[in-house]
Amino acid sequence: MTTAVSLHGVRKDFGNLTALSDVTLEIEDNEFFTLLGPSGCGKTTLLRMIAGFEGATAGTIRLFGDEIEHLPPNKRPVNTVFQNYALFPHMNVAENIGFSLRMLGWTKTEIQTRVNEMVEMVQLGALVDRKPSQISGGQQQRVALARAMAPRPKVLLLDEPLSALDLKLRQEMRSELKRLQRETGITFIFVTHDQEEALSMSDRIAVMSDGELQQIGTPFEIYEHPNNRFIADFIGETNMMAATVDTVDGLQVVCHLEGGQNLNALANCQIMVGATGILSLRPERLSISKTGSTSEVLKGELGDRVYLGTDTQFIVNLSGGLKLKVRMQNSFFQGSDFKTGDTVFVTVADGAARFLVD
Amino acid sequence: MAAGTGSGSTVSAIFSPVRIWLLLPSWVSIGFFLLLPVLLMLVYSFLTKEFRGGVIWEFSLASYDQFLFDRGLFGDAPAVMKWTYINIFIRSILQATGATILCLLIGFPTAYFIATRPIQSRTMWLFLITVPYWVNLLIRTVSMKFLIRDTGPLNELLLNIGLIDAPLHVINTNFAVQLGLFYSYLPFMVLPIYASVERYNFTFSEVASDLYASKITILWSIILPVVKPGIIAGSILVFVPSLGAFLAPDLLGGAKTFMIGSLVEDQFKGNAGNWPFGAAVSMILLSLVLVVLMFYVRAQQRDQT
Repeated sequence: MTTAVSLHGVRKDFGNLTALSDVTLEIEDNEFFTLLGPSGCGKTTLLRMIAGFEGATAGTIRLFGDEIEHLPPNKRPVNTVFQNYALFPHMNVAENIGFSLRMLGWTKTEIQTRVNEMVEMVQLGALVDRKPSQISGGQQQRVALARAMAPRPKVLLLDEPLSALDLKLRQEMRSELKRLQRETGITFIFVTHDQEEALSMSDRIAVMSDGELQQIGTPFEIYEHPNNRFIADFIGETNMMAATVDTVDGLQVVCHLEGGQNLNALANCQIMVGATGILSLRPERLSISKTGSTSEVLKGELGDRVYLGTDTQFIVNLSGGLKLKVRMQNSFFQGSDFKTGDTVFVTVADGAARFLVD
Repeated sequence: MAAGTGSGSTVSAIFSPVRIWLLLPSWVSIGFFLLLPVLLMLVYSFLTKEFRGGVIWEFSLASYDQFLFDRGLFGDAPAVMKWTYINIFIRSILQATGATILCLLIGFPTAYFIATRPIQSRTMWLFLITVPYWVNLLIRTVSMKFLIRDTGPLNELLLNIGLIDAPLHVINTNFAVQLGLFYSYLPFMVLPIYASVERYNFTFSEVASDLYASKITILWSIILPVVKPGIIAGSILVFVPSLGAFLAPDLLGGAKTFMIGSLVEDQFKGNAGNWPFGAAVSMILLSLVLVVLMFYVRAQQRDQT
């Protein structure tokens, strides 16, 4: 595996404001890599630095081993798909797609061939003569993609490219993007604040907040093994409760909640008996029943319920004033058997509880 | 058109009684003060001249004949194509073109500069552009005359810093006229271009740069085409009044740079005193301008489809 982009100690200040502090990460060739974080976390700044629109205050950026910090955007073999596409309004679809090739001095026939190839790849055949104002948002998105991929960049940067599309189109484009990445073998660096997008498309995700990298890992690792409170909270939904450790066996711990309930959990690092932290329980890894079982069980009283179509979400009030969200799939579950005020038992799936040191 | 309002309701809204009454003042003003004078001139151009101004109400093609043909001193020689007035037209068009190009060369960077300032300071810059125009055009043109004459400050300065050995002869040249027109109409170029550049999405420049375009290419193939409507509007706003201007040519140009405006002025105010001929020259100028504008509108429509 070769490294496509390598960032080392990258820092970016805007005046007194630090947008990025000490970012070090390596992105493999042929990888679908996602920078995920809330708005203002520095993910777009990082992308713009790789593209060359912003210079780094400190640190080095390498592209396939070559330092590129001194190169202006038009000398870097990376291309960007911008958030609002920014298709040139005075050029038709074919001219937009072929723009970079003209800049690179390709011959007319070479450009023609490549443009046709790209048009076919993103399925825009009939629209080549249209102006951007004459095609839909989804089609503009495809043109923007084709335009950025036409010069065969080594790395494609995508700055929230799906955020302007409606839900249905967005879901369609996810698999489309994934397909394009697989077929072309180009390294994709994808910026988004949408965790669902990140989880469904990425080979690896880097979660960012406040200009710092929080965790890098596969979607599975990020979701199942969040290594801090921010990630557990930001990725998906979770119940977070203060807890204290009673016994330790490697990373396997037994801790108790404020209501006195004991639970097995997996800690995010080596800890000592008596350590305090946060217990994270994903709602979909919990289930409720009317009778207790032998495994991890918490007793409580059923509160509100929210019907969500595929799922039903229950609130269970535990002793000590704790509230637990539980999500049950509606396909195998008769939610109508449960009524507000019933006494219920919450079962925690094996290995579902995470203990996160503060 | 908004999806909610069908075209039917829009049409009926235009012709609703309230609309007609509200629009009446504009229609009357435009009709009375804009169309009527032009029609009057059109009629006058086909009348017979009265010496020392005025007209005799008698149909005549003499004015148009005078514009195109030479029939000798007493009007009885065979008609020969006459170039005098046509040359004045050609010269005027060249002068106005020169002035427009000057305005464009200075106006575009100026407008671009203003449009890329922080939003709070743009108003101030725009105001500064218009400040000289609070002074009367005549005064400004006379000042320009003093500025560029052989012993004026411009030549003194250039002589003193040793850039030139002899005074530059600018006054009474074509260039002086263009300079005067340029100074008179620069804001008409700057303001529409400013409006276009302000709406320009600078992400386009970033995209182009990302797609391997150099700075010059970005200017030529992205920025200029996108702000073209502003450039064309500005060029028309400068070209049209320049074509009919008479102050700058009179004061800065001298005898060799006689332009259409001066020719017309001469017929109504000056020694010639030939109203029908003045009206005819104006009508020929107007038709020329209309033809140019029609081509522009056609081109615009083609662009949009």
